[in-house]
Amino acid sequence: MWRYLGPLIGVLALGAIFAVTLARIGTGELDVREIPSPLIGKPAPQFELPSVQDENERISTAALAGRPWVLNVWGTWCPGCRQEHDTLLRISSDSVVPIIGLNWKDERSLAMQWLTQLGNPYTKVAFDPEGDVAIDWGVYGSPETFLVSAEGIVIAKHIGPMTEQIWREKFLPLLAEKSGGGA
Amino acid sequence: MRRSGRAEAARGNGAPRPDAGRLAEFGSALVAFLTALLLSLAVTLAVTGPAFAIEAERAFEDPALQKRYEDLNDELRCLVCQNQTIADSNAPLAQDLRREVREMMRAGRTDDDIRQFMTERYGDFVLYKPPMTARTYLLWSAPVILLLIALGSVAVIVLKRSRKPIEPDPEEAT
Repeated sequence: MWRYLGPLIGVLALGAIFAVTLARIGTGELDVREIPSPLIGKPAPQFELPSVQDENERISTAALAGRPWVLNVWGTWCPGCRQEHDTLLRISSDSVVPIIGLNWKDERSLAMQWLTQLGNPYTKVAFDPEGDVAIDWGVYGSPETFLVSAEGIVIAKHIGPMTEQIWREKFLPLLAEKSGGGA
Repeated sequence: MRRSGRAEAARGNGAPRPDAGRLAEFGSALVAFLTALLLSLAVTLAVTGPAFAIEAERAFEDPALQKRYEDLNDELRCLVCQNQTIADSNAPLAQDLRREVREMMRAGRTDDDIRQFMTERYGDFVLYKPPMTARTYLLWSAPVILLLIALGSVAVIVLKRSRKPIEPDPEEAT
């Protein structure tokens, strides 16, 4: 009896694991391509870059110290960035936290056109055509969004288009926690 | 096994073969299978062996430096196209990471410096050879464990089968 039942149960168990995993990928609960960032809990990498809108203006992380801020990595070539753009506009209209854009491997004129046509959710937009700063932040696929605490520590990262739900459930609680404790 | 032995006897195929013959037959089949496996592996390696470099031009004049550069690129994962190394991929990020490796090498940094630079930013996932840590020991030991399980199963099956026909068969007795 067990001779036949044993393997059958084994196969069914494997099938169940397989089905559950596939379902979790299907609902987006599990992202097999997502790489956990080693940056969480570490000081945010510093940078000083020219602004997209004005070559002569320098945007530096040092100037942002002392309050929480969000870094959003985007490019006009990135479909997910177009997808999240309206959400970013909505979030920025709440003005809870400044959103700094990092324009990644893009062209200045295209980036300017994008911001004029679709609206600008960013407090400042840094220009990183070579992608050096993006490498420092461990960026591998835009859009990516980081939350930096007032102490300059990276406390959250989201890979893929930002959504209202992720903003509300992952970013806002962390923000409230940090500013509540610090203030 | 006993049943097949009886069937053979019934068909008049002569005396049942001794156990040693059966073991030897199994052994030679196993050897043939392993030989075929090794041969196909050798052919695969011969065909895919040389790395298909995606870069047309050499990064370094010095062959030793160029070799170091290629070896490093071969062990760093392209994070956009996750089943390729940055040596295999021409994704923009892979190009950027290769440039980073070149620049760090020119600045005189060691291979370990470069690996550390990458893992600080992208985690262990960027390494094609993940380090042995508490999280990866199962990954590293899995091949050995699976091989032991397989060999154990084969041994058990062979022993069981070779032992069974020793029991006296009533039909053989006649």
